[in-house]
Amino acid sequence: MLRFAGLVMPSSKPFYLRVAGIGKRFGDTVALKDVSLSVNQGELVCFLGPSGCGKTTLLRVIAGLEPQDAGRIERGGRDISFLPAARRDFGIVFQSYALFPNLTVADNVSYGLSRRRLGRAGIAAKVEELLEMVGLSGIGERYPAQLSGGQQQRVALARALAPAPGLLLLDEPLSALDARVRGRLRQQIKALQRRLGVTTIMVTHDQEEALTLADRIAVMNHGMIEQVGTPLEIYRRPVSRFVADFVGVMNVLDATATGGMVHIGTRALRLLDDIAPTGPVHLCIRPEDVVVRGVGAATANAVPVRIETLEFTGPFFRAILRLDGGEAPLVADLSINDVSDLALAAGQAVTVALPPDRLRLYPREA
Amino acid sequence: MSAVAAAPARRSLDRDAWIARVAIAALAIALIVTVALPLYAMLSRGLESKSGAFVGFANYVAYFTTPGVGRAVVNSLVIALASTVVTVSVAFAFAYGLTRSHMPCKGVLKAVALAPLLAPSLLPGIALVYLFGKQGILKSLMFGQDIYGPIGILLGEVFYCFPAAILILSTALSLSDQRLHDAAVSLGASRWRIFRTVTLPGARYGLISACFVVFTLAITDFGVPKVIGGWYDVLAIDVYKQVVGQQDFQKGAVVSALLLLPAALAFTADFFVRRRQVALLSARSVAFRPRPERVRDGLLFIFCAAVALAILTVLLTAAGASFVKFWPYNLDLWLGHYDFNNKDGGGWRAYYNSVEMALWTATCGTAVVFLGAYLSEKSNLFAAGRATIRFLAMIPMAVPGLVLGLAYIFFFNDPANPLNVLYRTMAILVISTIVHFYTVAHLTAVTALKQMDPEFEAAGASLGVPWYTTFRRVTVPVAMPAVLDISIYLFVSAMTTVSAVVFLYAPSTALASIAVLNMDDAGDIAPAAAMAMMIVYTSGAVRLLHWLATRGLARRSQAWRGR
Ligand SMILES: Nc1ncnc2c1ncn2[C@@H]1O[C@H](COP(=O)(O)OP(=O)(O)O)[C@@H](O)[C@H]1O
Ligand SMILES: [Mg+2]
Repeated sequence: MLRFAGLVMPSSKPFYLRVAGIGKRFGDTVALKDVSLSVNQGELVCFLGPSGCGKTTLLRVIAGLEPQDAGRIERGGRDISFLPAARRDFGIVFQSYALFPNLTVADNVSYGLSRRRLGRAGIAAKVEELLEMVGLSGIGERYPAQLSGGQQQRVALARALAPAPGLLLLDEPLSALDARVRGRLRQQIKALQRRLGVTTIMVTHDQEEALTLADRIAVMNHGMIEQVGTPLEIYRRPVSRFVADFVGVMNVLDATATGGMVHIGTRALRLLDDIAPTGPVHLCIRPEDVVVRGVGAATANAVPVRIETLEFTGPFFRAILRLDGGEAPLVADLSINDVSDLALAAGQAVTVALPPDRLRLYPREA
Repeated sequence: MSAVAAAPARRSLDRDAWIARVAIAALAIALIVTVALPLYAMLSRGLESKSGAFVGFANYVAYFTTPGVGRAVVNSLVIALASTVVTVSVAFAFAYGLTRSHMPCKGVLKAVALAPLLAPSLLPGIALVYLFGKQGILKSLMFGQDIYGPIGILLGEVFYCFPAAILILSTALSLSDQRLHDAAVSLGASRWRIFRTVTLPGARYGLISACFVVFTLAITDFGVPKVIGGWYDVLAIDVYKQVVGQQDFQKGAVVSALLLLPAALAFTADFFVRRRQVALLSARSVAFRPRPERVRDGLLFIFCAAVALAILTVLLTAAGASFVKFWPYNLDLWLGHYDFNNKDGGGWRAYYNSVEMALWTATCGTAVVFLGAYLSEKSNLFAAGRATIRFLAMIPMAVPGLVLGLAYIFFFNDPANPLNVLYRTMAILVISTIVHFYTVAHLTAVTALKQMDPEFEAAGASLGVPWYTTFRRVTVPVAMPAVLDISIYLFVSAMTTVSAVVFLYAPSTALASIAVLNMDDAGDIAPAAAMAMMIVYTSGAVRLLHWLATRGLARRSQAWRGR
């Protein structure tokens, strides 16, 4: 083995799954375009994107339920592009759960277990173990129609995990549930995934879900992956205007960039590095990155503004600021302490700072 | 997992996909052989001379220049149009009463309205002869007109077509949105205005659909005019006469092609109409709930009760005539008319043949139809095969029974066809009957399958379970009500059908409905009525069993069907 060490990939953590150049169309609709992605062993990756962007299609292609038109899928270095779904060793939780209504919970969970290998008693024990794992012990004799949505979701999870799959695929597993159940189940799924260490891909259109659950997020738009990164990377350094806008709240202002500076109205702001695009740009900054406290004449990118409205939202104040000379308003989230210490009020003129390291620029059609 | 251990599993999974492909191919080929090829054989025979040479449309020209032919065409159109107008108007009012009023006894009235489904179309003819014929008890109502002829045919066709119209119209009328009515009422619209602006447009597609279906049934029906048509020539009788009487197959093929025309047109139009109806009721619609209204409910009840009484009169007349010595002169109870073995037509053997044929049709037909619908809807393999199944499954609806029967003669009686061993066997009766009623059965199965979660198959596959296991353990149990519906539909249709099988039976495989035809032909009208009633009793009993089975099933599956 050692003799071939030089040929093995240098990474110590091998990719569990690799998809490369996946393309898929339905008639005239391009559902996926040149999608490439790698998933590490034991990792939880979220596909995040608006409805219709191709998340489900990508998941189904990976699962082998939808044949891809182009591209390659590898598991542990082995090409599985044309392996039928049943041979891929992937567990799937469908958006509708697809629980078999005429089978009891126990029969649903044991559906993918081989009676020949485990025996009747072995199956019963395994089912009980799985139900206990998802926190549903003792309901094996009930039918899916007799369960709540959250319980059905966990039965579907237990059924998918029963054959101990190498990869767990979840298609919007929480979207059909109400907000409170969703929050609780989110934590359960995360804990379970950590405990079992099962490599997981989860589809969601809910950015909060993706940010809290994922080890890495793949943000998708129009059948393409726009960015792959940790939740913090995605939030802090979105690579495109779409990602910036889709994840979290973002101010988008029309501006013009020249080397190291960006001009908005009559004002020039300093940038952190000068490799940013030049010419017409969208200037982006998150509302919570707008600074009001301790802004002086020497502070970088200090901008005088007028507070148009100041709205209390609970954890913070949401202020709409008007730059003098700027047409677009600027949204800023100000802490309650800032507002009370500085005695801010609507109609007031203040100076805020737009820290250079928080500004993001994206090219704009002039 | 090592590659060595994985190999056998892989082969078995490829095998599962191959089983599906082979099943799709087998069904597609079966439909090509039993639907497409016979029709092709028939249509091409119409373009050939007796010796088999291609003569183009010469047979058609010859047919149309035969004296008296124009009359049969006109007569058929007149009867079909009149039947359509009368049946659809009466059925609309009846269905309106069933769905939009608070009249009493709705269940009984609906059951009576659908009762004609249990009888062969020969039965109304026979009963009408008893009622309005030369010795008829209601002869005075005819004001000197003869029941043998257009009047008799019209009345018989209305009886025969009524259930089909009721089924379509009561579905259309019950698919109405309460919110529209509430809006109209709150805007102060008069009752007549609401009827004109809300009710009629809502049921428009149902009305059009019902007109097409009734027109097709009436123009292609053969049973009623056979018994009561007298001198009044119609196309359906013409086919029968040309083929059975004069053995002129070319001419038979020509008339068949003509009969195919209105049916195919109606079917095509109906297909597009149905397509547009889909969006009529949105998910957020509120089902219409009629409110009691004494005058309207009373009037509708009187009307529906009168119609139901007329239907019952027809059925009870046939039953009565079969149980008495000599209707209407000697009303002593007598079972002699049921002594079929002393009459021409096949005797009791014919009845048992019918039951046997209906059982085969119901079991094999349901299996084939449901599997075909499943594979064509849920598989993703062999797209061309699935498209073939889907397309050919829709054709039989447009093919009248007589035409199908004739097409089967041309195809299966051909000495060059290796399948001609089937000719004159029970098997060909079963096959032709399954094909004859394939479309409705297929659509019932497709509807049930479409209501299922489309991910069941994917879920099964992702758990490593073969498709046929998921089909057996999940799909069939969940669709069991539809499976039962299909089997009862096929059974009753097989018991009552005359038109296709009349060309295909052999003396040893005569059927009850054909015995009715032959005994009536021979003047044994009371035994014919008795045999027709045997069909009614049997289909009625099986319907009852079906109802009990459906109820039992509903009770047992209550736990998981929910709500
Ligand atoms: N079976 C299908 N047939 C035709 N179009 C489809 C099919 N499945 C998905 N699409 C189309 O592909 C695009 C991506 O769909 P999907 O992957 O379901 O999006 P998402 O899951 O992100 O909402 C959509 O435009 C959708 O309409
Ligand atoms: Mg989706």
